[in-house]
Amino acid sequence: MQNRTYFLKIRLRLFFQNLWDILVRLIAHRTALLGGILICLFLIMAFIASWIVPQNPFEGDLFQRLTPPFWKTGKMTFLLGGDELGRDILSRIIYGSRISIWIGFLSVGISMLAGALLGAFAGYYRGLFDELLSRFSEILLAFPFLIFAIGVMAMMGPGFWNLIFALTFKGWVEFFRLIRGEVLSETTREYVEAARAAGQKNWVIILREILPNVIHSLIVLGTLRLGYMIIMEASLSFLGLGIQPPTPAWGSMVNSGRPYMLNAWWISTFPGIALLMLVLSINLLGEGLRDILDPRLKID
Amino acid sequence: MRFVKIIERILAAIPVMLGVAVMVFAFMRLTPGDPVDLMMGEAGVVSKAEIQTIREQFKLDQPLPTQLFHYLSGLVRGDLGTSFKKKEPVGKLIFDRFPATMELALGSLLLGLAMGIPIGIWSAVKQSSALDRISMLGAFFGISMPPFWLGLILIIFFSATLGWLPVSGRITYGLAPTSITGMYMVDSLLTGRMDSFLSSLEHLLLPSVTLGLALASIIARIMRSSMLEVMRQDYVTLARAKGNREFIVVHKHALRNALIPTVTVVGIQIGVLLGGNMIVESVFGWPGIGRLAVDAIFARDYPLVQGVVIIYSLTYVMANLAVDILYTFLNPKITL
Amino acid sequence: MEQKLCLEINHLSTLFKTRKGVVKAVNDLSLKVGRGELLGLVGESGCGKSVTLLSILRLIAYPGEITHGSLLFEGEDLLKKSPSGIRKIRGRKISMVFQDPMTTLNPVFKVGEQIRESLVIHRLFHSEKGSGFLGHLFDGQRKKKEYRRAIELMEQVGISSPEARYFEFPHQFSGGMQQRGLIAIALACNPSLILADEPTTALDVTIQAQILELLKKINQERNTSIVLVTHNLGVASEFCHRIAVMYAGRIVEIGKVDDVIQNPLHPYTQGLLNSIPRITKEPQKIEPIPGNVPDLIDLPEGCAFMPRCTWSKDHCHEVPEWKEMDEDHFVRCFLYQPFDSPA
Repeated sequence: MQNRTYFLKIRLRLFFQNLWDILVRLIAHRTALLGGILICLFLIMAFIASWIVPQNPFEGDLFQRLTPPFWKTGKMTFLLGGDELGRDILSRIIYGSRISIWIGFLSVGISMLAGALLGAFAGYYRGLFDELLSRFSEILLAFPFLIFAIGVMAMMGPGFWNLIFALTFKGWVEFFRLIRGEVLSETTREYVEAARAAGQKNWVIILREILPNVIHSLIVLGTLRLGYMIIMEASLSFLGLGIQPPTPAWGSMVNSGRPYMLNAWWISTFPGIALLMLVLSINLLGEGLRDILDPRLKID
Repeated sequence: MRFVKIIERILAAIPVMLGVAVMVFAFMRLTPGDPVDLMMGEAGVVSKAEIQTIREQFKLDQPLPTQLFHYLSGLVRGDLGTSFKKKEPVGKLIFDRFPATMELALGSLLLGLAMGIPIGIWSAVKQSSALDRISMLGAFFGISMPPFWLGLILIIFFSATLGWLPVSGRITYGLAPTSITGMYMVDSLLTGRMDSFLSSLEHLLLPSVTLGLALASIIARIMRSSMLEVMRQDYVTLARAKGNREFIVVHKHALRNALIPTVTVVGIQIGVLLGGNMIVESVFGWPGIGRLAVDAIFARDYPLVQGVVIIYSLTYVMANLAVDILYTFLNPKITL
Repeated sequence: MEQKLCLEINHLSTLFKTRKGVVKAVNDLSLKVGRGELLGLVGESGCGKSVTLLSILRLIAYPGEITHGSLLFEGEDLLKKSPSGIRKIRGRKISMVFQDPMTTLNPVFKVGEQIRESLVIHRLFHSEKGSGFLGHLFDGQRKKKEYRRAIELMEQVGISSPEARYFEFPHQFSGGMQQRGLIAIALACNPSLILADEPTTALDVTIQAQILELLKKINQERNTSIVLVTHNLGVASEFCHRIAVMYAGRIVEIGKVDDVIQNPLHPYTQGLLNSIPRITKEPQKIEPIPGNVPDLIDLPEGCAFMPRCTWSKDHCHEVPEWKEMDEDHFVRCFLYQPFDSPA
């Protein structure tokens, strides 16, 4: 018993040292630093959203509808303009960041978890389990993502968790394939043989020995897909299938601005810029992480 | 020998397609909303007998497995069923709109390649120069941009504000050329109608740029990284030691090798493009199969949705196969 | 002696500017290669041998730079030539053979075509009449001639059934054949100097011998000078007429092969010879040279070998000059020179 806790402590210490080293290197890496700072800003903004919104993002003053941004009117109330229902766009953007960030992180997180675990077990045990899952994932891959997502949303109705389900259902496949491949090659390595010879239980081997080695590429892929998920969520909201009004979501904001493209371009433009910045910062960070963690994954 | 291998690969793709067919079938059936109700909603009050007739006509009264069986056997014969809503064969509906998607896909692909590959090469050759940094930054923007937003911005800027390009659609009404391939740009050239050509060109431009920009960004990045790796190889040094001009070293010796990973990526993207990009088609009112699919889902038009999904998967699988074949030409070490 | 010179390197310096400092890969190196001579350039890994060869052909790329010196070849200083001028030399008058043939041959082109390329670049078979670019492109006659010449070359280097092999790819060749292919490429335009960078290191011992035989044959038949870079003294002693011993970017001893092997003057050369295990009846102790090869970034002032030298004295902080001890046997070491203390 004493042995186990001792090793656990060493493990933890090594883990944190590793983490610290990665953090330091991230900061030294210019692109990653830029991305990281931006993401932190976004996260902070999403966190304190309710406190810093200048106006009510849900209800609008119909007399203020279609107000141009402040450089045209000189008024500081509607900094980025007002939308078709008189709501302040800046407030809605700030508030909408929560949706995008939440949905993005949650769906990637769940996909990663599910995909990685399934992939690890499939790669390790092989057999029927592996076969079935692999075939299934192949079929899923050939399925057009948007149709699937639309179908799910149409089937289950719009809503936060339904959206996450739609995104995750196809999202796990990539993580599954990645982890499965890695586990497949790791299983042939000697330390696994050694652990087996020592009588270690299988699932323990997977979790303790193999997973730490494959986590690097997992994280890199995760950050790369995060941006994609956020864009997907926005696309679905754009089509009217994601988050429903009046909850502000950047995608639906862009959509609601469509009829006013000519006279009130700001309604569609600014939420899109917010999206762009968020995804950009994630991609920058992801690129930096990739340079540091796993230079092998150079192919998108 | 190669031919046989190709056939093998095609055959191997069939189970996947089958799986897709079954999946979409199940999927649609699970979706709440009765197609007949939706259809009838338009016709007003209808008697029960008529509803029953419709049901029988579309075999909706049969148990699910029977429906599946009918569907699959039809598929094998090449019959994709009949659309509930439009009452026309699904195959025809898709076929009519496929050239539009094809044209958009090809336009975007061409743009993406034409922009991405040279930028990728030059960024790698002149690493860390201003060109390199700017284009990589640009590429970052390119992959981070939501396509629906980019499309809208382009419309706002070029169509609404500047008025240079049309807002939506494929061609100005009445200027459509006689249909040979179904692709307006090609057909107008073939029939020698410059007005059609120009009109279809201006309509094609913005949507192609929207899709092409993202593609170009991806291509530029991967070209750059594989060129960088290739240029460090010994055989590039040998090419120089033989007395080749730098231009030849880069574009003959290095490029061939660097293209290999790029082709993989491009192949996947083609599959995606050909399947119909719903978002961009929506934004630009482009009459392709993407939009067809969206409308069909909302109308619970099972056969149509199934048909579109099948076609999409087919193009995806075919694109992968084409990439694999192309691979064997580029890299003599790989056989099918 | 002067007319018999093929290449003369004087005080060559090649530096690499890295983030960690300036790497002096080649540090004030001087060397003469005679016509028809087989010169061995011997030294441990990391002493700058390959960089020397690359510098001769000016194949040094950023962050490297040739900062100093002159390379006299056939009366001209190669360092002063224009880029197009040096391109005419590369592959034509001076060729290079690299170390690992698997990575040196371009995997996507047929081997025969890679040999033929040398002929095309230097327009050996192009007709004199200026028929322009397109004319040359479609000149079937020329292509046939080039093809035949490539086949000839492949035969000369010992590649069997060259007509079939011409159309094969590098990965279909064995290691030894690949190297022969590389040599064929080097020979294509009948150069006066071949730079061979450890051409046998990546090969089996038996194949090594064959390749060396081939190079010797080329030297004898065509009077081609060859500079053979190797870390293997045994190979050098078998093969070369003269040996130059290199350490940390400088030549420390140079002379006829028998002289250097039997009468090594520089402590480093002595150390090298002592550390070669010999197959004898009695067990022997291997004497390695103490210490490690210096990091080329912070080289000590003066003689670079000093930290490891058993005979080092205080005045070894200066760079020794060349001293000719026997006929054509030069050494740079204070053991053989009086030290002039600074005034």
